[in-house]
Parts: sequence; structure tokens; C-alpha cells
Amino acid sequence: MKMILTGNESAAWGARLSRPKVIAAYPITPQTSIIETIAAFIANGEMDARYIRVESEHSAMAACIAAQNTGVRTFTATSAHGLALMHELLIWASGARLPIVMSVVNRAMAPPWSVWTDQLDTMAERDSGWIQLYTQNNQEVLDSIIMSYKIAEKHNVLLPTMVIEDAFILSHTAEGVDVPDQKKVDDFLGEYDPAFKLDPDDPAGFGSLIMPEGPYMEFRYKMALAFEDARNEIKKVVEEYNETFERNYSPFIEEYRTEDADAIMVVLGTIGSTAKDVVDRMHEKGKKVGVARVRYFRPFPAEELRMLARKTDMLGVVDRSYSFGPGADLYAETRSVLYKHTDIPVKGYVMGLGGRDITPQILEKVFDDMLSVAKEGVVDKEVEWVGLHGDERWS
Amino acid sequence: MPIILPEDPTPIAKVPSTENKTGGWRTFRPVIHYEKCIRCYICWKFCPDAAIYFAPPEAHESPKEALAKFDTVEINYDFCKGCGICANECPVKAIELVLEESVGGDE
Ligand code: SF4
Ligand code: SF4
Repeated sequence: MKMILTGNESAAWGARLSRPKVIAAYPITPQTSIIETIAAFIANGEMDARYIRVESEHSAMAACIAAQNTGVRTFTATSAHGLALMHELLIWASGARLPIVMSVVNRAMAPPWSVWTDQLDTMAERDSGWIQLYTQNNQEVLDSIIMSYKIAEKHNVLLPTMVIEDAFILSHTAEGVDVPDQKKVDDFLGEYDPAFKLDPDDPAGFGSLIMPEGPYMEFRYKMALAFEDARNEIKKVVEEYNETFERNYSPFIEEYRTEDADAIMVVLGTIGSTAKDVVDRMHEKGKKVGVARVRYFRPFPAEELRMLARKTDMLGVVDRSYSFGPGADLYAETRSVLYKHTDIPVKGYVMGLGGRDITPQILEKVFDDMLSVAKEGVVDKEVEWVGLHGDERWS
Repeated sequence: MPIILPEDPTPIAKVPSTENKTGGWRTFRPVIHYEKCIRCYICWKFCPDAAIYFAPPEAHESPKEALAKFDTVEINYDFCKGCGICANECPVKAIELVLEESVGGDE
């Protein structure tokens, strides 16, 4: 059924169709309309789930952990400071190997106070042991939540997943979305089959103390192996979903006009759709550029990025956040996995922080800069901030 | 040699917590003065560690004849961590907290 939905309504529909039994959530802009929509579904009897109103995001994740441990699907949603407040429990959820699925609406961290899109909130949680998937449109938000349950719940994966969307650009913007049939989703997902659960007839404690000589390292190593397995499961599930629901998602990286491109821009989230538009315009002017939109940041698509680098003479990596060390996360990790695999220059561009618009005009200038780096063969500046007030290069 | 990994994905303890005696953490020992205890079981309800358990009526003296037919309570010092919640909640102040060293703690 075609519906006109915002990104947040799409997230709520994705959750509804996946039939979680417990929703524990705390409101925060710009996520709030996700949990409001779900609350309405439950109040109207359209969704059979227990809704727990908690006093903080820390408690929201704690409640999801406890509920999931009893052997049911759970769902929650958050943004920025709410995600930061969850930090301790995010690591607990992944170490406890609970396949919780959560919507995160990317929002800038304060101060300065801001509610607009920026990826620092999720980038700061890249090591929390969660699968991270960045989406580009409302359809992908909805579909990804369904796929994420299926991937996360595989017994060789058992990793919680963040389905991430850009604030306002997706969260509050409506577009046509194909809402799959409930029966079809039920068949696709199946009943939740927990690998372990609380059971009064077989009492057990979870997450107990392990002394230094005990298997603490081995449990972490098993998580590392699970992230490897997740790569294969992602490929399989995305393929199965594409077939069942007539979509065409690429598992890790969505490429656009990358064949024979002189320079390729690597991006996350909605920047991808603007960039694709700009690529078409550039081609009209005879400039051969392409876009690679990274969907999964965790597990990181190392092999896919290496293959991408073989197709071109230069990679320009765009980050909507900044890391006070290597410059920016997508950039730093891309460079890291390419080390010794390629000689092509890689340059980082930091832009759009605090929700500042990333316009086609700016991206066109970035593409031009990338083409000149490709021509020179060397990077003039490793990480460049794009569009600072007064900097006329980009205006 | 192959790497040895735990079977479960996360630690799942099947050993009951009664195997792990934690009374040695205690600084203060709650001592029940049975001549005041009215057998209301409020301490039993509030103890966060289930360290308070029931004992037969005749196990201890009772301040009133009418109470003597009800079960009394005892403290299991193998697990009592000395948090003092029971002493704080007891409505007749029948539980006294005594510094562990002064009673020659055996944990
Ligand atoms: S001191 Fe605390 S742990 Fe010990 S019996 Fe009283 S309430 Fe229980
Ligand atoms: S709370 Fe006090 S009076 Fe009540 S049973 Fe415990 S020790 Fe006795």
C-alpha cells in the first residue's frame, strides 16, 4: 500500500510491521514523532505491544534489555543527547548479545544548542558494538527496520542495530512510501526465536563477573566474529528482501556512476541523494564523477571500499561530523582500510555540521576540488572544512 | 591448538548466587533484639539480599504472648552486606547496627 509518510512515520511503520512486544522510549526532538506514532498505533489497538514510558533514555535502553532478555522483540528510538545518555546501556545491550533494533535520528550535540542533523551522535557510538545503518530516504528507513530484525536475530549475529536517519531532511519530510503487506512481513521475519532467555524453569544469571583469567577476551572475540558473520547475513537478507518486496538495495555501498569515474565522493545518509543529482549535472559538463553512499558503517565495508578505490583516481570522503584527531570518522576509516591497497589520493571534507544545508552548489565545488586533486595526484590538505562563514572558496 | 571459545554468546551463569558468600563485605552487623521484635516482617520485605529468613516461633523470645505463635526472623550473615536498610525500616527499632570488628566478625 502506498502512503505519504515522514521519515519518522516510516520508522514507526517499520517497527509496527516487525511486531515488537515491548517499546520503551523517552521523547527527544527530532525523534519524538516516531514514538508518538507508535503510541497511537498501540492506543488504537493496531499494534499489540506493551509501551513503557520511562524517565530517561538510559532507562529506555535498560527496559529494552530486560524485556528482550525475556524472549521478545523490542524497539526504541532516540537522538543526540538521548543516545549519549544511553551510552552505558548500548554497550551492555551488545555485550549481552540482544538483537534490539533502534531508530536513531541524527542530531547535533550541544553546545551550541542545535536540533538539526549532524552525525556526531552516532559516530560517538561507533565502538558500542551496534550494527549501524545510515539511510537515504523514507522507504529505506521502513525497509531497513524490518531487515535489521532479521539480520540481528540470526544466532550467529545477535547484535543490536541502529537504523539511522537524518533529522528533518528525512524525519519530518513526507514522501511516497510503499508499506508492505503485514502477512508478507510476517512470513519474511518469522517468529522471534531467542538464542537464550530468562526462564523460571531453568534459572540463570546473565552478564556475570569474569575474572581476568576467565573468558572475558573470548566473549569479546566472539562479538568480533559475529560482526564478520553479520556481513554475510546482511548480503543474504538484503537479497531476499529485494526479491520478496521488489526493491534493489545494495548491501553495503550504493554506487552511482562510479564506473570510469575520475573521482568518487564517499558519503553517508541523505547527502547521497543530493550528490547523485549533482553527478548528473557534472556529467553534462563532461566531468566524470560518481558517488558511493555507504549504508553500513558497522560492520565497516572494508573490502567494498577497496574495490571502489580500484575504479577511480581519487576518493573524496564527506563527513557530517568531526573527530578531534584523525579529522572525521568515515574519512579516517576509509583511509585506514585502503592503506597499502591503493596509491590514489583520499581527501576528507567536513561539512553540514549542526544541520547546515549541503546544497548542490557546494557539492559541485567539492567535486571540482576532487577533480583537481585527482589531476595533481596529491592531496593539498588532508581534511578540509567546507563552507565556513567568510570562506569564499565554497560560496 | 585451536582457540577455545565459550559456547554461549554472553556469560550465562547456572551457578546459584548462594554459592558466592558475600557477607565479608559487611562493615556493620545488624543484630535483632528479640525482646523488642513484633514479628511484622518489614525487615524481611525490605532486605535487598534476601538475607532475612523465617525461623520457627519458638526459636526466639517474644515481647508479647500473643505474638509468640507467629514465625520469627533471623539474619543469614553469610549474605548480609550490612546495608542497614532493615534497621532503618524496623518500626520498633529492634535491629541495632554494631561495628563488625567490635563483635569479632568471622567473615
Ligand atoms: S543489613 Fe541489609 S543485607 Fe543485612 S539483613 Fe539488613 S537489609 Fe538485609
Ligand atoms: S522489622 Fe523489626 S519488628 Fe519487624 S520483624 Fe523485623 S526486626 Fe522484627
